[in-house]
Amino acid sequence: MSRAALLVLADGRFPAGGHAHSGGAEEAVKAGRISGAASLAEFCRGRLHTAGLVSASLAAAAALGIDPVTLDGAADARTPSPALRVAARKLGRQLLRAARATWPSAELDALGRQFPKGAHQPVVLGLAARAAGLGPVDAAYCAAYESVSGPATATVRLLSLDPFDATRVLARLAPELDRVVDRGVEAARRVVDDGVDALPAPSAPLLEIGAEVHAGWPVRLFAS
Amino acid sequence: MNAAGVRSVARIVARDDGRGGTTLPVLASDGPLALRRTRATGAGARVMLIGAMSGPLGGDHFTVHARVEEGATLSVGSAAATIALPGQAKGEARYDVRLDVADDAELHWLPEQLISAQGSDLCVTTRAEVAATARLVLREEQVLGRTGERPGRLTSRLTLRVAGRLVLDQELACGPGAPGGWDGPAGLAGHRAVGQLVVVRPEFGAEPVQGGVLAEGAALMPLAGPAALVTAVAPDALRLRRLLDEALAQLG
Amino acid sequence: MHLDHHHDGPAAVGADAHRPDGSRRALRIGLGGPVGSGKTATVAALCRALRDELSIAVVTNDIYTREDAEFLLREAVLPPERITAVETGACPHTAIRDDISANLEAVEDLEDAIGPLDLVLVESGGDNLTATFSKGLVDAQIFVIDVAGGDDIPRKGGPGVTTADLLVVNKTDLAPYVGSDLARMAADAKAQRAELPVVFQSLRGGPGVADVAAWVRGRLAAWTAGA
Repeated sequence: MSRAALLVLADGRFPAGGHAHSGGAEEAVKAGRISGAASLAEFCRGRLHTAGLVSASLAAAAALGIDPVTLDGAADARTPSPALRVAARKLGRQLLRAARATWPSAELDALGRQFPKGAHQPVVLGLAARAAGLGPVDAAYCAAYESVSGPATATVRLLSLDPFDATRVLARLAPELDRVVDRGVEAARRVVDDGVDALPAPSAPLLEIGAEVHAGWPVRLFAS
Repeated sequence: MNAAGVRSVARIVARDDGRGGTTLPVLASDGPLALRRTRATGAGARVMLIGAMSGPLGGDHFTVHARVEEGATLSVGSAAATIALPGQAKGEARYDVRLDVADDAELHWLPEQLISAQGSDLCVTTRAEVAATARLVLREEQVLGRTGERPGRLTSRLTLRVAGRLVLDQELACGPGAPGGWDGPAGLAGHRAVGQLVVVRPEFGAEPVQGGVLAEGAALMPLAGPAALVTAVAPDALRLRRLLDEALAQLG
Repeated sequence: MHLDHHHDGPAAVGADAHRPDGSRRALRIGLGGPVGSGKTATVAALCRALRDELSIAVVTNDIYTREDAEFLLREAVLPPERITAVETGACPHTAIRDDISANLEAVEDLEDAIGPLDLVLVESGGDNLTATFSKGLVDAQIFVIDVAGGDDIPRKGGPGVTTADLLVVNKTDLAPYVGSDLARMAADAKAQRAELPVVFQSLRGGPGVADVAAWVRGRLAAWTAGA
């Protein structure tokens, strides 16, 4: 295994469709809840500890080899917003395409057959990490980081926010990101014995409601 | 009350009486958890939970079990809001609700709000197991602090299984010590009341509800199963209740 | 020749010229160019000109979602199920060049939903002169500029003007009003593009989109012959 594969998978330029999603930032910006670097930081912090933790644990569990169909069901139950389920499957399908082209693997091929319209993105991410020779911790880091880097990048475009400010937001979240990854991986390891109910299920009410608001807009820049 | 806090388990069993009505073969109050059968408006039985308004305190562990057997109809409410308060005993308080609804049975679980008072530390779990042809309406409302007061620590996890399949698993954590950002632009953004309304109906399997935004701060979301969830945030308990009542009325 | 061995199933890699069942997939042509140069109008005209002879679908990449798709729907150039829009997160050039996954998915979904197609037109969001399509997404690309955007655009070059398989100089009817020198544009384009073709067109009267449609037919014949 090469640790450097993590850099390829986690690279924001990895062509898996993420650039078209704001992680809820577009709606929060329009509603005035994100108006600058400070509120972006609070938004990202909230997303990291909720959707980010769920994603990190799912990705770690998939990387450990837990059945992706079961994990996908657990992801559905933790994603009440249909708009977010659609976005997660879209991103999962796009990631699968990129991962299969990058790290061909029988497991990824099987996932494509099981989910022709896409599995939840963190589940695909975990299997992509496996295919790349990476482990559960790497998968969890990718998932947790994506949960905040997406909204930060989108906010730079939406608010013309100073990109240095946005990057500083991400850097300052690093210690919390480490903790989220630890919790996510620990939960994923418990799944081996206790089943998927051991996965955390934290939710952020305004991410769910906001996703439905966003999906109802006739005109928007980001897909979610 | 001893230093370890109070353990209290209340049980309800609702059974079809064979004549179109519902009997309550088990209606077991326990300590601060007092149950009373009240006059029902429809065909089913109606129970009020009247005891828990000044609890649970820190260290307490309350459990309510309600089982609705095949063909029975039960409606459960509470006489007043439940207030989580700090206690003399160390550690968090727990409140567990276990709901089982059998085939062709119906449960309306509509308690008053849960208020998280300053300094309290409460962990709530609600688990509903619903059979394939059962119906459920379940409401939960969390109010963060009494008027003008800061909230305590509250963690509330809601799990729904329909025909054995997990359909909803979500946890809300707020108050001091909760993971960061809970009151930020992704979490509650200063709203002091948050609620969930879960509606399970077998017909949603073939024909899911049309989801979307109901009003500012409220969305109706078809789940990945024969169920729908309304999530709402509001500045206060009154406005939250209005949003959830309107949502329920819209579902018909 | 079919070298595909590892990506079976629906998520086949985009540059592959075959469908998962081994048949040759639709020819994909990208249309790019600056805002307001007439990309959507050209797509609409192409659909009208070719829809009776070919099975066509369109993917739009709007900067602000769905505007272009809705124009095409309003104009009823194709049945609605043949038009789909991709959201680009404020970066239309990314969606057609650096990260083409959403567009590939849209193309595949169209073929899944309406059956085998002859031609898919992928329209980019109006962007700058450097935006070009990835070869992983399209088989050929048309770059659309117009005379009102300035008659020095062909001279300035840029990847779109220089390398597109077809350069369309649109709105020639406006040339007298905006003081554009068509002869100079043609000479500059020739200098930039050598043997690559250039079409001057006005969609208001005259032959309209006929030259571009003829070019598309030629590409399609070559594509089918390659099967």
